[in-house]
Amino acid sequence: MTFSAFALLKNAISGQTGWRPHWRKAEPKPHYDVIVIGGGGHGLATAYYLAKHYGVSNVAVLEKGWIGSGNAGRNTTIIRSNYLLSGNIPFYELSMKLWEGLEQDFNFNAMVSQRGVLNLYHSDAQRDAYVRRGNAMRLHGVDAELLSRDEVRRMAPYLDFDNARFPIQGGLLQRRGGTARHDAVVWGYARGADARGVDIIENCEVLGLRIEGGQVAGVETTRGVIGAKKVGMAVAGNASRVAAMAGLTLPIESYVLQAFVTEGIKPLVDGVITFGAGHFYISQSDKGGLVFGGDLDPFPSYAQRGSLATFTDVAECGMAMMPMLGRLKILRSWGGIMDMSMDGSPIIDRTPVDGLFLNAGWCYGGFKATPASGLTFAHLLATGDLHPAAMAYRLDRFASGTVIDEKGVGATPNLH
Amino acid sequence: MRITCPHCGPRDLIEFTVLGEARTRPAVAVEDLDSPAAVDAFAAYVYDRANPAGIHREHWFHGFGCQTWLVVTRDTLNHAVLAVADVREERP
Ligand SMILES: Cc1cc2nc3c(=O)[nH]c(=O)nc-3n(C[C@H](O)[C@H](O)[C@H](O)COP(=O)(O)OP(=O)(O)OC[C@H]3O[C@@H](n4cnc5c(N)ncnc54)[C@H](O)[C@@H]3O)c2cc1C
Ligand SMILES: [Zn+2]
Repeated sequence: MTFSAFALLKNAISGQTGWRPHWRKAEPKPHYDVIVIGGGGHGLATAYYLAKHYGVSNVAVLEKGWIGSGNAGRNTTIIRSNYLLSGNIPFYELSMKLWEGLEQDFNFNAMVSQRGVLNLYHSDAQRDAYVRRGNAMRLHGVDAELLSRDEVRRMAPYLDFDNARFPIQGGLLQRRGGTARHDAVVWGYARGADARGVDIIENCEVLGLRIEGGQVAGVETTRGVIGAKKVGMAVAGNASRVAAMAGLTLPIESYVLQAFVTEGIKPLVDGVITFGAGHFYISQSDKGGLVFGGDLDPFPSYAQRGSLATFTDVAECGMAMMPMLGRLKILRSWGGIMDMSMDGSPIIDRTPVDGLFLNAGWCYGGFKATPASGLTFAHLLATGDLHPAAMAYRLDRFASGTVIDEKGVGATPNLH
Repeated sequence: MRITCPHCGPRDLIEFTVLGEARTRPAVAVEDLDSPAAVDAFAAYVYDRANPAGIHREHWFHGFGCQTWLVVTRDTLNHAVLAVADVREERP
């Protein structure tokens, strides 16, 4: 089933009875060419590109809950490619280019909305750092504009420009950044993978990895043993737990990140705005709610719920940037488990076990990476080689000292 | 969230800084520091983390209190704090 203006019209006049489930409820087969563990955005995108670009369709995606129940369905949906370091920029720009063609590619409305990501600066030093970042982006062919205080004021007059401690001096704008609808991204990839023969198997938790003579042979799950000579791990916050099944210890610690949404209001915040003097970012959903977030909770967690202390900090940052926020009621908050790596950058690589591949370390920026992560991980699973855009994301970069540390805070995962 | 500091009593989370997993530096003699085994041991010490879902020992710093480094034992599945000790007692 494909979406078209004609299909919409036909269903409009036939009482919307013509729609069918978009993917099968697949039962596990005894053996696959490739197993992808994790039915989040990355696992499903991997399966989609494996089938579509590499002709590998005897693939299963194993998900312990339902697809999109992890971070793929919990994030604040910001997409951007405003990175500084050369290991990161080409990868995230590849992802941005894939976002730009995604809806046509998988024939699903993912509500990709390039309405801009604006990073505010509040001091001369911060302006200089943003000039440097903007220049690095432009040298890589990515759009970046430095805005003056007046230009920012025209875009967002409601910000606290004359805040006594953190006056707003200007901003770095990436107009091609924006948001996308997270659930629809999951569903679009799932539907596209399923249509090409991929089995999406929900309620199927991987409990163990079968390894024979240093080569992966399959997985043990709550729905039995499933064989495969190639297994890709794409389980985000649970990366360390699944890797431990192969005896691997990863350069990752898991932390909870919270998000908040207010009652719906009329259109106010056009794009995404981030505070430069603390950690706070905000956008407005199509339903009208203001969606915002900030720092991680400070301690390692697998609990998918956060603490009040962190919420207080986020709210204080929000009030310092945009005082009118205090007039709104918050409707909901939730948390997701982030795979925080030791340099704040991801890992897409082989492991010491033959046939076992790792996709992890997404920290809190993995939603925007979904298309490129899927494509480059599919490339690795299909060919055994690293994709040119993801060359830097090696697992051995920590031991060799070639870390990609955008923030420059070293091996303190909760600060990235 | 309240942490019962052995010196200050029950105190709010915001008074503390969390460093993450409590690890012990590899015991390597100075003359062996450049050996491949020592290099591997230090790389693992700096970068690798057990990251368990369950009981976890962590280094916390009570910055807005007694300024002591603590070992906090917690359950990462439900945030329960099971024990708090001064590092000096843990490692005399
Ligand atoms: C509050 C919040 C806000 C965020 N905001 C942004 C943002 O604005 N922009 C951005 O780019 N990123 C953001 N992120 C980060 C982004 O959501 C993640 O980095 C990304 O979703 C991770 O990839 P994924 O979609 O594959 O993960 P997930 O959706 O978590 O997928 C992993 C899946 O693996 C499954 N799994 C785990 N263990 C097993 C097992 N043993 N067997 C089978 N299945 C298993 C899980 O159930 C889960 O469904 C945010 C995250 C959170 C929590
Ligand atoms: Zn104390």
